[in-house]
Amino acid sequence: MTLKTLVSSTLIATSGLALGASSAMASEKPEEITLGIATFLSGSASVFGIPGRDAADLYIEELNARGGVHGVPVRAIYIDEGRGSAGMVSDYRRVVQEENADLMMGAVSSGHCLAIGPLAEDLEIPNIMWDCGTERALENQGYEWSVRTGSNAVTEMVASVLYLLTVKPDFETIAVVNQDYAWGHDSWEIFSTVLKQLKPDVEVVAEFFPRFGAPDYSSEISRLQALRPDVVLSTSWGGDLDTFATQASQRGVFNNSTVFLALGESSLERLGDRLPEGVLIGARGDNYFLHPKYMTDEKHHDFVTTYQERTGQHPIYPVYQMVRAMEAMVGAYDTAIEANNGEWPSKKDIAQALRGLTFRGLTSEVTVRPEDGQGLEDQLFGTTTSSDEYDFRVLKDFMIVPAGLVTTPPYETTSEWLKTLTPDLLGQVEMYNGAAQ
Amino acid sequence: MTIDTILLALIDGVSYGGLLFLVALGLTFIFGVVHVLNVAHGSLYAFGGYAAASMGIWFAQGEDSLFLSLLALVAGAAIVGLVLGYTLMLLLRRFRDRDPVIQLLVTFGAFMILEDIQMMIWGARPYFVSDIMYQMGSTELMNVVFMNYQFWFIPAVALGVYFGLRWFLKHSLKGHQIIAVTHDREVATALGVNAGRISLLTFIIGATLGALGGALASPTTSLVPGVGAEMIVLSFAVVATAGLGQVTGALIVALAIGIARSASIYMMPQFEVVMPYLIMMGVLLVRPQGLFTVAQARRI
Repeated sequence: MTLKTLVSSTLIATSGLALGASSAMASEKPEEITLGIATFLSGSASVFGIPGRDAADLYIEELNARGGVHGVPVRAIYIDEGRGSAGMVSDYRRVVQEENADLMMGAVSSGHCLAIGPLAEDLEIPNIMWDCGTERALENQGYEWSVRTGSNAVTEMVASVLYLLTVKPDFETIAVVNQDYAWGHDSWEIFSTVLKQLKPDVEVVAEFFPRFGAPDYSSEISRLQALRPDVVLSTSWGGDLDTFATQASQRGVFNNSTVFLALGESSLERLGDRLPEGVLIGARGDNYFLHPKYMTDEKHHDFVTTYQERTGQHPIYPVYQMVRAMEAMVGAYDTAIEANNGEWPSKKDIAQALRGLTFRGLTSEVTVRPEDGQGLEDQLFGTTTSSDEYDFRVLKDFMIVPAGLVTTPPYETTSEWLKTLTPDLLGQVEMYNGAAQ
Repeated sequence: MTIDTILLALIDGVSYGGLLFLVALGLTFIFGVVHVLNVAHGSLYAFGGYAAASMGIWFAQGEDSLFLSLLALVAGAAIVGLVLGYTLMLLLRRFRDRDPVIQLLVTFGAFMILEDIQMMIWGARPYFVSDIMYQMGSTELMNVVFMNYQFWFIPAVALGVYFGLRWFLKHSLKGHQIIAVTHDREVATALGVNAGRISLLTFIIGATLGALGGALASPTTSLVPGVGAEMIVLSFAVVATAGLGQVTGALIVALAIGIARSASIYMMPQFEVVMPYLIMMGVLLVRPQGLFTVAQARRI
């Protein structure tokens, strides 16, 4: 055997081995699916992050008890977003590269999603944006590896305006009290732009952006009492929303103005009877444990019951968002395995399967748009009322806004699309008629 | 701006300033005597709030008793001040003669640990016990409803604590000893003052004041993880503006910040968040040592 033959044979043999190994890696079932989840485990946003983690734990436990994903159990590794952007990104990279994650879910913070998008492309890891709201995370980004399984800020705010104008069409003045950070300003920007398009005669009498974590809203409330706007809007959340709503309630703001809490669903149980009747509430999607269509649905009811038994609390929207992301993961594996004729899929297969996927979490079906990976999630709104069954306010007078109607179409820019909205949009929504699933 | 608006801004500003003063007072008092910038003061605020809320849930909620509600606030603050103040002082004793930066880092480490302990005890769910707000009633002024708790109770407690502390420092033996240790620890020790015990007493008083701030905020504020960090930043702004260790200065600056913030909400709401820091920046540019600190010649 000449040297040339020897080298050629060795190269061919090595290539064959490598190809074989590669093929085996792509099709061989792993012992487990490693799932990285970025959520807030510390800091003020942990009011959302921890219910999200609890939901993930519960879902994975039930999924694994049923045999996992096609016989493969799922193992979750959590990343604490409370460490800040730099720490979160570094942990995200570590989980992908050192823990060999098969799929990632991140994040709660919009800022973190903006950072994760390009990172997932770089690491070539399927990534589900499970909770963050900013539309910029996916709009015209051209990502291949990231999708969002819930709605974005545009969907939520355009739908909010439609609900407000449907239940209170004749108001003339509005004031806003939002948190002083990206979400507070961005959500008001979208809301006020749409409001001007659909009802140009409304006057904005005050715009307050108290600092994040403000312990006292006395001055804002005094000002609201002096101005007496017809509507007071707040897209605040967590402890800030609880503080504002309680102080406003104590001082009678709710008697003078119609208050619209766009993320109020997540505070209903905590606020108890401190929140009066007649407050307009948004649910950041169609996330509500007494969802009129799915209240008695077996899947929804069972999960809500188990979650409540385990945590002592009713589920709030991050719980629904997390289950939605988990269902998308399972759906993507199902789709990809079927497309692979039963062979185990690669990460690329999963990323592709997530696009165009239609799946159901605990409430309405969601479709992930194939063009940009944006999920189309319907939006539920209601008005607070008293209940004999619960010691906190529940919702009535529901509206469920179809997501396709209020979401920036693919390849368009939100700022330009919002300018095309006309009052005709109001004619395309109606109050929920009470039909159960 | 009408007279009515000015009056409304003043009322809101004084209430906010009163709460801010109580938290900043503990911070500046500890620094004045023990010479430690206690970053863990934010945890004392948070623990004070959580403890008061827990006490309230335990024995005052739904009882319709103003006495029990007040007792919950005071008991929560006292227990936290005593336990955490003593614990932190024991920790700092090991670093007493070390570089101030090391002491600062130790309190920062304690703050991080206490944040986690707080999460372990109370979780991430916001706490709120506001019975006392309704028990104290409300007052209507110029068609604006004020809760009496914020309208006069918090400013009254802040003033009461201020004058009480001044009286204690000027007219009691322990107060005289604290002043002596503040001026010169070595000379005070030589004169027979137990400086270690005085430092411990000071730390416990300061810690209790921080916890009292949290306890008094608990009926109006939702207690969530991170609440301590939010308050400590503002308290630092007050203390730095007034000058480290300045008790009267802290009162004046806290009121000034409260009123300026409130006035900005009426006139230029977009400046509300930065107002305390604009004041701090303006003061420190002119007087780097703070408004009320007398400049001292540096020893070479």
